[in-house]
Amino acid sequence: MIEASGLCKAFAGRAAVRGLSFSVRPGEVAGFLGPNGAGKSTTMKMLTGFLAADAGTARLCGLDVTRQPVAARRLLGYLPEGAPCYGEMRVHDFLDFIARIRGYRGAELGNRIGRVLDLLELHEVREQRIDTLSKGFNRRVGLAQAVLHDPHVLILDEPTDGLDPNQKHQVRELIRRLAPGRTIIVSTHILEEVGAICSRVLLIAGGELRADATPHQLQQRSRYWQAVTLRSSVTQLDEQLLAAVPGVQAVEAAAGGALTLVPEPGCMLLPAVNALVQQQGWALDELTVEPGRLDEVFRRLTRGESS
Amino acid sequence: MSHLPVLIRREFRAYFATPLAYVYLLVFLVLASALTFYMGGFYENEQADLQVFFAFHPWLYLFLLPALGMRLWSEERKSGSIELLLTLPVRMRELVLGKFLAAWLFAGMALLLTFPLVLTVNFLGSPDNGAIVTGYLGSWLLAGAFLAVSACLSANSTSPVVAFIMAVVVCFLFLLPGHALVLDAFRGWAPQWWLDLLASLSFLTRFQAISRGVLDARDLLFFASFIIAWLLANGILLELKKAD
Repeated sequence: MIEASGLCKAFAGRAAVRGLSFSVRPGEVAGFLGPNGAGKSTTMKMLTGFLAADAGTARLCGLDVTRQPVAARRLLGYLPEGAPCYGEMRVHDFLDFIARIRGYRGAELGNRIGRVLDLLELHEVREQRIDTLSKGFNRRVGLAQAVLHDPHVLILDEPTDGLDPNQKHQVRELIRRLAPGRTIIVSTHILEEVGAICSRVLLIAGGELRADATPHQLQQRSRYWQAVTLRSSVTQLDEQLLAAVPGVQAVEAAAGGALTLVPEPGCMLLPAVNALVQQQGWALDELTVEPGRLDEVFRRLTRGESS
Repeated sequence: MSHLPVLIRREFRAYFATPLAYVYLLVFLVLASALTFYMGGFYENEQADLQVFFAFHPWLYLFLLPALGMRLWSEERKSGSIELLLTLPVRMRELVLGKFLAAWLFAGMALLLTFPLVLTVNFLGSPDNGAIVTGYLGSWLLAGAFLAVSACLSANSTSPVVAFIMAVVVCFLFLLPGHALVLDAFRGWAPQWWLDLLASLSFLTRFQAISRGVLDARDLLFFASFIIAWLLANGILLELKKAD
């Protein structure tokens, strides 16, 4: 459980976070989504207790991170932005250090380290110095230290930043595997990630919460939600007729000579469009219904109000 | 405080992960011997003691210990690993103490490696070994004081070089007041209490007393409270600067 209430933070008089309140329950993977400089990292630093909030409180599993910092941090696994580690240490020694700080000794110590080496596939680099690792391995070492103690709460600041598509997939798989029973916050500015791993999106811009919804709900706010796209290489599609379909707000040209029909909010276009296609006898190469475009929602919610 | 050994071990090993430790040890041992034998005229003095050896320590430490302490916190801040460290379930005072103690132990190890000198002086004559032990203790305490200053100031900057320069300047200020150069400038016109105060604040005055074999509880208390004060300041400075 992560609870933030009225978190505020200013740097040199400039407000970075303005009164953020939200809570994330066990089993949820909440995605902190927002443009660069939105206050995502600052909020995460306050949730971990690294930064003291100017106002407001942050609790992890009911423990106040500033009043009971050590107890709260025992329950927390944290991957700071950029996954900083001690470059001069070898992977195994670094994890050994973290495990000892977390209080593990003897057989349990070895088991814990072995388990995260397995989990993040770090065996091949276990004796390598961290500063000689590739970015992907470095990020995985950072993740390994964060999950070593099976934390109740995981806070991951841009866990897939700078990774190649395969590595991104691995990290997302890992987060999905860890999710049951845990409270997880992942920050990102990559939209595809949100749909891939998050059960909930906290959209932050200008230090404020702009939206708190499931990825699906967020997509529904798109003007392209339920938009219908048609493409035909054989027949000429009649734009006039398509524009006249009830509920069509606009007809837009899409890539590859296709046409996208943007619906009036709340209108289902497919049945009417289908009927028109049948009636006109058009031979279509493609007929798709859009699930909504997150990037458009993202732009609309993060721009506008921040200016 | 159960984390202390873990923290010290990591820090201590970090020295040896790079050539830094070996370079430091080499420079320290070469300089300490060169100063003793050439500038101090160890043989020419024909005295079976280590007075000349210890006499150069404050000046040697003035540059070597800020070099040892400069990276303690500045590097953590620069690389961002401070965020990792400060979100582990460890108290700030343990972290500050752990880093300091690791550096202090390292300085102590460097000091112990000068043991051939003790053997030499015992071979050549019959020195007062009690005074030598006291001298080593005093030297180690002095090293601790310099290191506490260096560690604290390394929390103030993300650049080890800036931390080094600041530490040298501050250490110099604490070294100087007991030097004849400064005391003579005040002597004759300034009140006696002022001279006493200056001399009592100085590392030099305290260290010279200990290195001659005079172990005064007040001198021990001075170094202990000096170190504790700077470590407390280290914690406060870190709290203020960690996120910059």
